[in-house]
Amino acid sequence: MRENTRQETLDDPKLQLALYTATGRLMDHRKKAIGGGKVPEYQDLRTRAAAVKRHTLDYLDVYLTQFEAAVQANGGKVIWARDGAEAADFILSLAKEKGESLIVKSKSMTSEEIHLNDRLIKHELETVETDLGEYIIQLAGLRPYHIVAPALQMTRYDVSTLFEEKLGIAKDDVIENQTMTARRVLREKFLAAGIGITGANFLVADSGAVVIVENEGNARLSSSAPKIQIAIAGIEKMIPRVRDLGVFLALLGRSATGQALTSYTSILSGPRRKDERDGPEEFYVVLLDAGRTKLLADKEKRESLQCIRCGACLNYCPVYRKVGGHSYPWVYSGPIGKIITPQFQGKEKDPWLPFMSSLCGVCAEVCPVKIDIPKILLALRRESQKSSDDAGAMKWFARLMTRPWLYRLAASFGLGWLGRKDGVWVREVKWPASSGPLKDWLAVRDFPAPPEQSFRDWWEKRRK
Amino acid sequence: MIYSVFMPGRVSIFVTCILDQLFPKAGVAMVAVLERLGYDVEFRKEQTCCGQPAFNSGFHDEARAVARHFLDVFDGAEHIVVPSGSCTSMISHHFADIFAGDTKMLQRVHAIEPRVHEFSTFLLNVAQTDDVGARFPQRVTYHDSCHALRELGMKDVPRRLLRKVKDLELIEMDTAEECCGFGGTFSVKFAQISSGMANTKVDSILKTGASHVVSVDSSCLMQLRGTLSRSGHKVETIHLAEVLAAR
Amino acid sequence: MSSAREEIINRVRAAISRKVGDKPAAPPEPLLRIRGYKLDEKIAAFRAALEALSGTVTETHSRAETQSAVKRLLDGRTAVASAHPLLAEQWVTEIEVVQSGLTGADLRNACASAGVGITSAYCLLAETGTIVFRASAEESRLISLLPPVHIAVVSSRRMLGGLDEMLSMIARPVDDSSAMVFITGPSRTGDIEQILVRGVHGPGHVHVVIVHEEDIR
Ligand code: SF4
Repeated sequence: MRENTRQETLDDPKLQLALYTATGRLMDHRKKAIGGGKVPEYQDLRTRAAAVKRHTLDYLDVYLTQFEAAVQANGGKVIWARDGAEAADFILSLAKEKGESLIVKSKSMTSEEIHLNDRLIKHELETVETDLGEYIIQLAGLRPYHIVAPALQMTRYDVSTLFEEKLGIAKDDVIENQTMTARRVLREKFLAAGIGITGANFLVADSGAVVIVENEGNARLSSSAPKIQIAIAGIEKMIPRVRDLGVFLALLGRSATGQALTSYTSILSGPRRKDERDGPEEFYVVLLDAGRTKLLADKEKRESLQCIRCGACLNYCPVYRKVGGHSYPWVYSGPIGKIITPQFQGKEKDPWLPFMSSLCGVCAEVCPVKIDIPKILLALRRESQKSSDDAGAMKWFARLMTRPWLYRLAASFGLGWLGRKDGVWVREVKWPASSGPLKDWLAVRDFPAPPEQSFRDWWEKRRK
Repeated sequence: MIYSVFMPGRVSIFVTCILDQLFPKAGVAMVAVLERLGYDVEFRKEQTCCGQPAFNSGFHDEARAVARHFLDVFDGAEHIVVPSGSCTSMISHHFADIFAGDTKMLQRVHAIEPRVHEFSTFLLNVAQTDDVGARFPQRVTYHDSCHALRELGMKDVPRRLLRKVKDLELIEMDTAEECCGFGGTFSVKFAQISSGMANTKVDSILKTGASHVVSVDSSCLMQLRGTLSRSGHKVETIHLAEVLAAR
Repeated sequence: MSSAREEIINRVRAAISRKVGDKPAAPPEPLLRIRGYKLDEKIAAFRAALEALSGTVTETHSRAETQSAVKRLLDGRTAVASAHPLLAEQWVTEIEVVQSGLTGADLRNACASAGVGITSAYCLLAETGTIVFRASAEESRLISLLPPVHIAVVSSRRMLGGLDEMLSMIARPVDDSSAMVFITGPSRTGDIEQILVRGVHGPGHVHVVIVHEEDIR
């Protein structure tokens, strides 16, 4: 399977429907969980969550070292990785040292970000994604389409074809049966694997704990069945205390899937203790930088690091809902992808990305940690203005709008040229208006013919 | 309804560039409503634009130049009434952003902020009326423009006014709060996405069976009407001021 | 890797302009939302929340009642039970299809093949219908995870209002235990078309038996 381009996505009615329906369902879930005064203190929770995140980032060095000490006290180890390669190297050498060759993985955007699977598989480590959506896209060889629902674009029919092709089973488009197939195949992997890799939704500094929020149970299995557990997380996932979890969990589940609490929330802290009956014998936390400290240094956009990856901004984004997750250049898509991709991957990756927004602001409205995404988009646009091809046009705009006589002149000639007529909508215009922005406008919709008199003409006449 | 004793005074109107040049009827309607309420309306003819196109494209120098012009033109005006949620929000929220760090300009900006009113909010909050004696015998649906809704928080204001219009039937569409896809230069830079967004709205407008789509922003209406017109639908778009001026 | 550690911490400090030894400000006070409930209110809330997630709740007032409630839920399937003392006390481990007292590989294999896993719980959270598991010498992680059905037999004394109440009572859940898990309803997924399917990796059915211990003696 391959990714659809932006235009292909827009042109494919089946995909449009799948995208619209799936995001619509996620929106409905959130609305039901938050709307209608269901959580009267919802706005307080957001304010508190944003404040706690901001505070943690302001003192991140303190919390990181506190976290490390607490993990060690619990019998675990912290590994620091400056980039993806360092994280992968650690896992590779550990697997080699312990003689493990099968790894089960539960969903982690952080590991997607550093292409961990590719790095491990290259060294002949069988690395199996176990979240149903991640499993599907791993089989299909695709990037996640959505940070919460990785296979959001795929229908039961796509999955049926995929399973037939990759697992050699008969076509079956009943979603329950497909899910049970995954259960069966992956159960064997869980029981055989020597290493489980998980992500982390939160790192708790006062406890040295890794918190994982999920619904399927694959993260519980990955962290309980294998002998070794490795949690990999960006350094920005930190929160100060276990007691802060109430606020974050209340927001995360509701914003992501409309759940007051997801099916499973695990607070994991180290290898099994002396008399515990099961659990991993070794416990590692990989703390990843990979660009985060650079973003931390940028005061104006630092708040991008507050993200708890709930996916609400994607579900509500009218642009995401049209172009889908593969129209964004990196593994993070939607509004949050739009603001962090240029900051982590450089602006060259897609210089127009920050402009692919109508600035409608719904992302900021639904964001549980109050990230002002439109503000950050504007900042990114500002940074790219010098290289953009709008510079000349904007100079003219300012000239026009600061000189009323010139503005009047330009309007009367420019628009007059199009032909004045009241209440008429046109499909074509004369050259040179037929090139340039008006052409792009007219490619998809009609344009109003300029009226016989402008407001100011009317005003002048009326006064006489 | 509370009637307080109040004297209509003088208001200065800011007829945004797009209204001035493409949708003057909305401006005319706004004047009619204000005068009906007894206001003495002035139009300062040196006015042009609020600078939003430059601001949204990341050009602060240019936006500042236009904003400064705006501040000069409207110097001393007691009330500035604006028939656009988007331009109102540019002035009352984002002028402060572009002059950040410039104490002198910020002083001027903060002085003007409380005097700038989106038209329907002005009617409700300053003129203190939700009934301007309009009659509009049509079935209409209201489109929440993003800036009016999210930056100015105007969910109820226009609806309260519409409910008082005689013989008007207001039907909510299921995507009232979703963006129409205009977004300034976005509408031409990403025309296909923009049009996809507009079509989603159009579908939900058509489902209401309304004859008119009402909004407080002409740019959204241009986007919606352009899309409706392209696909041959007869649904009209109309600025709230025009509905309120009708009798 | 210690150089990576130094480097990252130094980068962080440079990014936020903090010097070693600068005293950090205190974090915002934790926001703990704790409401007062009576026991019957908590049980009613718990039942409503769990039933909304397709789980079931049974209340019992004697050992015999508990035993027969569990038997009925087992419906002839084999089960593996944890070493929590309440299960023995309530005669659950005496049911013939229930295996208990297992450790090591035996425990793991039993979990992988049993039809039902029976545990008790550290506590229950009424507002969300949550079973709180804590790894210990008595409770194993896999019993509530591998079998397709999970039954939790829990004393009514362990019923709390909500998450924040629990967090206010225990400041560091990590002391003495490597894992605490909040189990809220069955395992589920919506990964194909956002259509809900239960029992993907964990149990698809969750039953809670609340034992009114105050009535037993
Ligand atoms: S930016 Fe906000 S809404 Fe978007 S994923 Fe992150 S936390 Fe959720």
